[in-house]
Amino acid sequence: MIGDYFTLALKNLKHRGIRSWLTLLGIFIGVMAVVALISLSSGLKTAITSQFGVENMEVITIQAGGLSGYGPPGSGVTEPLTKEDAEAIDKVSGVDFAIGRVISSARIEFNKKTGFVYMASIPEGNNLKNIYDTIGLEIEYGRHLKEGDLTKVVLGYNFYENTETFGKRILPGDKVTINDQNFEVVGIAKKKGSFILDNMITMQEDPLRDLLGEDDRVDVIAAKVRSPELMDRAKEDIEKLMRRRRDVEVGKENFEVSTPEATLEMVNTILGGVQAFIVIIASISIVVGAIGIVNTMTTSVLERRREIGVMKAVGAKNSQIFLQFFTESGLLGLVGGIVGVTLGLLIGQVGVGVINSFLGSEVPLDINFFLIIGTLAGSFLIGSISGIVPAMNAAKQNPVEALR
Amino acid sequence: MERKELIKLKEVAKFYRMGDSVVKALNNIQLKIYEGEFVAIMGPSGSGKSTCMNLVGSLDTPTKGVIYLDNQDISTLHESDLAQIRGRKIGFIFQSFNLIPNLTAKENVMLPMMFQGSSISKRERKARELLDLVELTDRQHHYPNQLSGGQRQRVAIARSLANDPEVILADEPTGNLDTKTGQIVLDFLEKLHKQGKTIILVTHDPDLAQEYAEVIYWLKDGELEKVTKRYGKEFRVIHKKK
Repeated sequence: MIGDYFTLALKNLKHRGIRSWLTLLGIFIGVMAVVALISLSSGLKTAITSQFGVENMEVITIQAGGLSGYGPPGSGVTEPLTKEDAEAIDKVSGVDFAIGRVISSARIEFNKKTGFVYMASIPEGNNLKNIYDTIGLEIEYGRHLKEGDLTKVVLGYNFYENTETFGKRILPGDKVTINDQNFEVVGIAKKKGSFILDNMITMQEDPLRDLLGEDDRVDVIAAKVRSPELMDRAKEDIEKLMRRRRDVEVGKENFEVSTPEATLEMVNTILGGVQAFIVIIASISIVVGAIGIVNTMTTSVLERRREIGVMKAVGAKNSQIFLQFFTESGLLGLVGGIVGVTLGLLIGQVGVGVINSFLGSEVPLDINFFLIIGTLAGSFLIGSISGIVPAMNAAKQNPVEALR
Repeated sequence: MERKELIKLKEVAKFYRMGDSVVKALNNIQLKIYEGEFVAIMGPSGSGKSTCMNLVGSLDTPTKGVIYLDNQDISTLHESDLAQIRGRKIGFIFQSFNLIPNLTAKENVMLPMMFQGSSISKRERKARELLDLVELTDRQHHYPNQLSGGQRQRVAIARSLANDPEVILADEPTGNLDTKTGQIVLDFLEKLHKQGKTIILVTHDPDLAQEYAEVIYWLKDGELEKVTKRYGKEFRVIHKKK
């Protein structure tokens, strides 16, 4: 019996004009937003995380606080970290080794064109492989810097990929001028998907200090812990050490010790904010859509008054008329849901494609079967709820009046 | 042989409130329709014949008086109960056909059976049978707007027969048709009458009423003016307003 109402409702929907479908806009935009958002959640997470440069889950980052301006990490701080700080942190129990890095902006010339980028040092040391692992530097073309490579540099992937600034790709073997000194490019780093990291010049610490005329300053210290379980403990110890070294009280630190967890938490907060925003927009959209359905169903009841009269004349009970319009309204919502889910997945697919090609990652499209079924059921429900009042009005029609 | 009383109106009146005044659309109507009769309800516009048809067809309930359908008092029934009884016992044919535009001819015929809860296979079979009867088998999948006026009215006749009703109530069934197609429709009604169906024809056309009906109720200004009955080729007054 209920099948009959669906058949009838489908027949009626098939003959609906474009006006009815336009009122569904709200429903399908809302559904589309939610489905796209959820199917993209892994992708967004990866994209945001990569911008924070979280590479290694066992690395604690220490930076000086009290920023007086904008710039690369460590720039403009009033009381910078020093080489000695790095050496002291290196000795903290739980810390495997600590690397102090100098980071600065630089002017680079190549092919008679100039660009402004960041450069960062890698420390001297005998275990360069560990250092590269810790700072997450991998080579796409050419090779890593070796000890004694004092006039050599490794460039970020953008110097190779993006030809806008310099007019052509920079390749291993090319010569570049950095702050008026000549360097040879030995390697191109793997793509990171982060604007800063992909535009970074990496060189040995000594030539970088020479270039800057810096002696002792360190902009960021990366401390590799022995194992992830030691992370919290090591963080506390480093904080204690740094408070002592810089002579500050608890709560008045002029430095910052951050763990990858904290960064990831921040990523989740940002993602949560984005999600909440989209869910709010989607909810408003769905409410608008529901009102649209109420509107189109009310109009439909008025337009089909005579039809209602005829159905009553040939024996339809009030409840049967109600069910007829109620089902139709639910199906209207369901159609909105189907369109929304389809477009949402499509947007998700395109979004994941964009993220993957930009980051060089292989993030999957999150298709949650229950989400889709739930969304469709929800759309049907919203449609039917919107149809209750119009359907009641239809059922209440007096047959004599309706047939007049 | 005593014939079964199918519809009986006893001192029935229908009043409408219009602003502050009350309009007496129908007053003091006595009417008895027997099984198998061909009855006409005759009257010019404004005579109350539409109101009378609504009451006879149980589309409406009276302000005063009692209506019996098949010996059951239906004047105080709830609308939904009325709908069920109406769907089973009375088949309607309207002047403007009143087919559902989004349904094909066959689906229109099936509709009254759906409201009675018949199985889909039974509905299909019966609809085919009835469309065959009105000679529209080849048009069963057409939509109303693909059919001519005469064809539409024949679909409406088939629909009126869907639940095997005892009474066919035809309200000006030829009003929107040309003389020739109108004739075909009336011939169908006549054929149904010969098969034993009770036919009630509501019309403003006295010639039409006298050509087909056996008993004619003449309405004027909301009251029953006279009742005439056919004896052979002539009609005799069997009741007259005092």
